[in-house]
Parts: sequence; structure tokens; C-alpha cells
Amino acid sequence: MTTRSVRALSGALKPLFSPRSPQGYVVAVCHQTHKSTYTAPPARYGGRHTVTLIPGDGIGPELAKHVCELFRFCCVPVDFEVVNVDSTETSEDDINNAIMAIRRNGVALKGNIETNHNLPPSYKSRNSLLRTTLDLYASVMHCQSLPGVRTQHRNIDIITIRENTEGEYSSLEHENVPGVVESLKIITRTKSLRIADYAFRTAREKGRRRVTAVHKANIMKLGDGLFLECCKEVASGYPEITFDSMIVDNTTMQLVSRPQQFDVMVMPNLYGNVVSNVCAGLVGGPGLVPGANYGENYAVFETGTRNTGKSIANRNTANPTAMLLASCLLLDHLKLHGYASMIRKAILSTITDSRLHTADLGGKGSTSEMVQSIMDAIQSTGPRTQRH
Amino acid sequence: MFSVLFLISINKQQNSVGRKKIDFCFIFFSVVTGSWGYIKFERPHQCAIKLVCFPASQIQTVTLIPGDGIGPEISNAVMKIFEAAKAPIRWEERNVTAIRGPGGKWMIPPDAKESMDKNKIGLKGPLKTPIAAGHPSMNLLLRKTFDLYANVRPCVSIEGYQTPYTDVNLVTIRENTEGEYSGIEHVIVDGVVQSIKLITEQASKRIAEYAFEYARNNQRASVTAVHKANIMRMSDGLFLRKCREAAEKYKDVKFTEMYLDTVCLNMVQDPTQFDVLVMPNLYGDILSDLCAGLIGGLGVTPSGNIGANGVAIFESVHGTAPDIAGKDLANPTALLLSAVMMLRHMGLHGHAKKIETACFDTIRDRKVLTKDLGGNSKCSEFTEAICQRMKDMD
Repeated sequence: MTTRSVRALSGALKPLFSPRSPQGYVVAVCHQTHKSTYTAPPARYGGRHTVTLIPGDGIGPELAKHVCELFRFCCVPVDFEVVNVDSTETSEDDINNAIMAIRRNGVALKGNIETNHNLPPSYKSRNSLLRTTLDLYASVMHCQSLPGVRTQHRNIDIITIRENTEGEYSSLEHENVPGVVESLKIITRTKSLRIADYAFRTAREKGRRRVTAVHKANIMKLGDGLFLECCKEVASGYPEITFDSMIVDNTTMQLVSRPQQFDVMVMPNLYGNVVSNVCAGLVGGPGLVPGANYGENYAVFETGTRNTGKSIANRNTANPTAMLLASCLLLDHLKLHGYASMIRKAILSTITDSRLHTADLGGKGSTSEMVQSIMDAIQSTGPRTQRH
Repeated sequence: MFSVLFLISINKQQNSVGRKKIDFCFIFFSVVTGSWGYIKFERPHQCAIKLVCFPASQIQTVTLIPGDGIGPEISNAVMKIFEAAKAPIRWEERNVTAIRGPGGKWMIPPDAKESMDKNKIGLKGPLKTPIAAGHPSMNLLLRKTFDLYANVRPCVSIEGYQTPYTDVNLVTIRENTEGEYSGIEHVIVDGVVQSIKLITEQASKRIAEYAFEYARNNQRASVTAVHKANIMRMSDGLFLRKCREAAEKYKDVKFTEMYLDTVCLNMVQDPTQFDVLVMPNLYGDILSDLCAGLIGGLGVTPSGNIGANGVAIFESVHGTAPDIAGKDLANPTALLLSAVMMLRHMGLHGHAKKIETACFDTIRDRKVLTKDLGGNSKCSEFTEAICQRMKDMD
């Protein structure tokens, strides 16, 4: 495929998936404290990228296999470096190897690594360790109502941006006296400014009109108060974007009654967890929404709601949509837009067919059937058969 | 009073430090007042006698706090409905505004405190918290004064008030005194703030046992503990341990554990899979409002706060709505359903069922509804419709 044809293809397919086209590019006026755009690592040998793949637990390995299968079928110029992380091991060697691999390659696709919460606090959550070590400060999830998926609400299009490294997930806990435990929630000015800036930049790039900060500053006056203050400060540098704030319990109530009112939402770690899961549930469940974790130097892609899916592992009933859409986000990140759009279009056409729906969508389809259907869709409309 | 005493049981056992404990339980019946009850003597203990009395059709006094904004009018509506239902309740109205007590500490007026301590049961309308008044919110003051440790919110779908979710029937029980809302925050250095989430064994044990007790008393099949112990290992781990220990004592109630994010995810897809949920403060705040949203919002959600020493205050959780105050437009459903919850708590199930049925039937009928429910009737008309329905039932 020539470069020109790739550009033409991506240009033609882009409007299909981006419902709002940018109004026009405005030069960012706000104070930049860090690199504004991350450049993907250059392609290695012969134009092929190397991406770290961490299969994880539960349904992770089978979905990772399907991603590899699909990429091979579409001749995507990506090689996967598979790093297995054994969640039953108490030593942190596995996760450190994975982190080193991601540092080497710059990008990763991962499944969720299970955390046994009955183990003592010295055993930290592997996923959390990965995020904090690589400073993947923004967790972004784009929840859109998909055609062909029946839900209680329609026309949802929300981007949730969640601070990924501090807040309630600092894992700083201690038992002062037996029976009294303190857990620290840390909010810093630098990280709050950083995530707020990321949110507004993303909103501007995607042509979004409104950013809502979710908080509980009426109770946690200092902590969430600081977060809110930082958001307001950053908002002043983006006059074309409306900024408002909402308390988290009211937010969840509004999300289940009128989710169409939300556009982009930015919040600290724990509220982000709650709100992004509610949004994912509203558009059809954990099997449909991809998630991305962005840092200054690295990017890791996974399913949006980070479920292990232990109960449905190895039964060929998992919904591969979330993982495959995450791989499309990965391709977009590597600037392989042509492949990304092609795969995405095929996934959306497959989802529309309710006969192929897996159990989480109320159907009886299997994972392999869905992936096969996606590959068939690519075959029939893909570049092999398309005239340039 | 002339009463007959029967010895039911003598229970001898050894407590954890090896001292012998003897319990005697007597049941008595009073011929004159028609009331009966049981007396338990526990020795050696500080509170040697525990007396529980069930008055037969005796009028009980309840402290009523009308509140601000639409509070007075919805309280009047509830009083009227209770009168029409011939419920054996006498209302004692009290006002709560923060006053400075000796030592400069903010407290509720002493007559309100006295009334609540005497009556043990209270019904409260919405209270406003003036910004920059210098004192903490009234709800917080009440919580601290009576040690209201459990917030119970039953969320049941209301027929006639359509929401995208049908057949919701769950109860959220939230720990109300500690957790993330401990209020302990400090600025470490400029730009770094630390908020402390406090979890104690005692509070977790108390809420867990209350949750199972509630499930048993209200014929609920299962209790689910909601937590984030994969991340907050020590704090939520402690909470979870206490829930597991309580589950051991209540084998007739099924116990499950679920992560907070999984609960949120499943709640918006299929809320019918949940029964009773028990959780620490913050998760409880978020989830209880989420569930209220599923059934139609705070205007139709009842709520009860259970405290130590048998105190229970039932309340409506919506705001004071100052824009419609005094205009006879308010919807008394939330306060009414909270009052029904109160009746059930007091054991007056017959009256509770009557009032609840009348309320739901009126809403289902869709003829007389207040504005927020989709109609254009006045509060007084809605109240009258419910009263009329109850008269027709007799």
C-alpha cells in the first residue's frame, strides 16, 4: 500500500468514526509545563513497530491471541513482544520485566492482572504498580452508544479522563493501633494541573464543547478543593470550552437519568473509577469499551473497565470488542491510521449483527465467531480487494 | 400494673476471659395495659437488666423536625395522612438550629435533644446549611449528637413513575461516621494535600452486624459487601474482615463481596441482581445516590439513620427547594415513604402497608400527581387523594 493511498483511506474512513469534526485548529495559548504532543517511537526494522503485549489473567490471554491473529491477518506492521506476569508470584520480578519491556518499546497492550486482595498489603496491585512506575497519568475512556447494542439510554458520547497515579490509590496505609487503619489520599497541585491540562487539550483536539470536573469538595474541602481550583485555573486558558463542576453523587444520579448531558469529564482517581464504570455500563458493558493510559513517554492500552473476567475465562464466550478496539487505539497512537480505521469499521459492522452478540450482550455468539466475522468483513471491504 | 411473669430460659456460658455468665429471660404479660414483653437479666454485667416492651395499640410519640424550605408543608402532608390512616403516633415538633453551647462547641437545641432521647424515633424534613455560617452542617451535627452510624436507603421502583430501570428492589446500608468523610485533611507542603480515610474495627463491626440484622428482620436473602480491597488493602481489608465475621453469625443470610467498580458496572446494566449492599462511607454515598437515580431521584427516595442507644431518625434526602417553598407545589412522597419506613421500624406493619399502598396506588393512577412526578396537581391535592384512598380502603 502506498503512503498516498493510506492517507486517502484514513481520510475517507475517519469521518465514519469521529462524529464531531474539529472546528479548526487553534494555537494553544495556555501555559505549557511539559511536552504537548507525544511522538510515537520510530518504527524499528523494516517499518515494523514492536509493541509489548502483557496477556494478564482470566480472559486476557485468549483475547491477546485474537489480537495477534487479527493483526497477522491484516498484515499490520506490528510485532508483539509477549511478557507474562504471574499474579500468583509474590516477587515483583515479573512486573519489573514488563515495565522494562514497555520502557524499551514505548507502547503496550495489556490484559488485566489479577490482584488477590486477601494477601497482605506488601503485595501491591500489579496494574497499579505499572501505572505509577511508568507515570501513566491519564486514563481515557471514550464511551459511545454503539448501533446494534440495546441499552436503556441512547446517544451517549462521553469521554472520561481520570487521574491515574495519585488520589486514593496512593497505597499509603498504616494501622496506628490495632483496629484503627488510616489510608491516605494524596492530591497534588502538579498532578491536578497536569490532568486538567490533558483534559482540556483533548477536548480541544476532539472539538468538544464542555468539560465537567467531578469532585466532592463540599466534604473534602482541601483535597478535592485543590483539584477543583487547578481545573478552574486551566479552564481559564481555554475560553472556547465551557467548564463546570459537579459533585460525584449528583453526577452518578444524573448519569443514570440523563447521561446525554455530559461531554468530557475529568476527575481524580477513585471517582474516575466509579464514573467510568457507570458510563461503560450505560453503553453496553465491559465488553465494549476500550481504555487507554497515557503518560509523558509511554502509552498502555487495555479494556476500559479493567476486568479479569475470571468466571468466563477459556470458554470462548468473552466479548473481544473492547480489546480489539483498544488495539485500534494502539494503531492510531502508532500513526497507523489506515489499519486502525479498517479494523474499527469491521468491528462496528459486526456489532450491528445481533446474531453474533456474545453472552454479555444477551446473545449466544462465541468469541471466535465474532473475530472470524470481523476478518470476513475486512476481507470483503479491505485494501486487498479495494481498487486504489 | 398487674402482670404475669414466666421464666423462659436460663443460659449459662463462659465469656472470652473465662468468667461465667448467666442469663435469665422472663416473659411478662400485663393484663391492664395489654402489653407484653421480655426481661433479660444478664449477670455479671454493667447493664444488668434489659427490658423490651411491646405496647399493644399504645400511642407512641415521635419527634418531628419539619426542616426548612418545603419542609413544613411536606411535614403537614405527612401528619394529615397519618391522621387519616389512624396511626397511633403523636407528633412532637421541634426545631433544630445550631446554637453555641458551653465551651463554644456548636450543638443542637437542648429541647430537641431531650425530645429525641426520650422518644428515640424521629422524622426529619430537609435542613438547609447556610454557607459561611461558621457552624458545620445540621445533618452532620445531628449525626454526631446521636451517633447515627447507619444510613439505610431502600430503593424500590415505583409503579407509575417510569424510569429506564424497572423492578429495582435493593437496600443500601452505608457506614455513616468515619471512612473518607472523617474530615481529617492537611496541607503537607504547599501544593500537596493529604486526606485521611479512617476505618476502625469497631465501626466496621457495628455496621456489618446491623446490615445482617436488617437483612434477617426484613426477609432479605443476601448481603453484598462493596469494597476496593485490591487497592486499599488494609482499610477496606479490615472492613471486609468484619463483614466476613458477621456473616459467620448469620448463616441464614447469603454473603458475597464485590468490587466497587464491578457493582457500578452491573448496577446500571441489571440492578435486579442486588439485594442488600453494605459499604463504607464514600462508596455508600455514591452508590446510594446512584440507586436513588435508578428509581427516580431524591424526590421519591426514603432514608433512615440508625443510631446507638436505639435512636433512629428517618428523613427525606432531597433539598429544601427554596424556589417552590410555600407554594403548595412540593412532593411529599420522599418524606412519606421515610415515615412508612419509620412505622415498619416501630413494628406497626399494618399501618405502614396501608399508607404505602395508598401512596403507590395514587402514583400508579397518574390522575393526581405533583409537578416533579409529571402531573400538575398541588401538594394538598396529592395528600387529599392519598387520604381519600385510605378512607376507601377501610
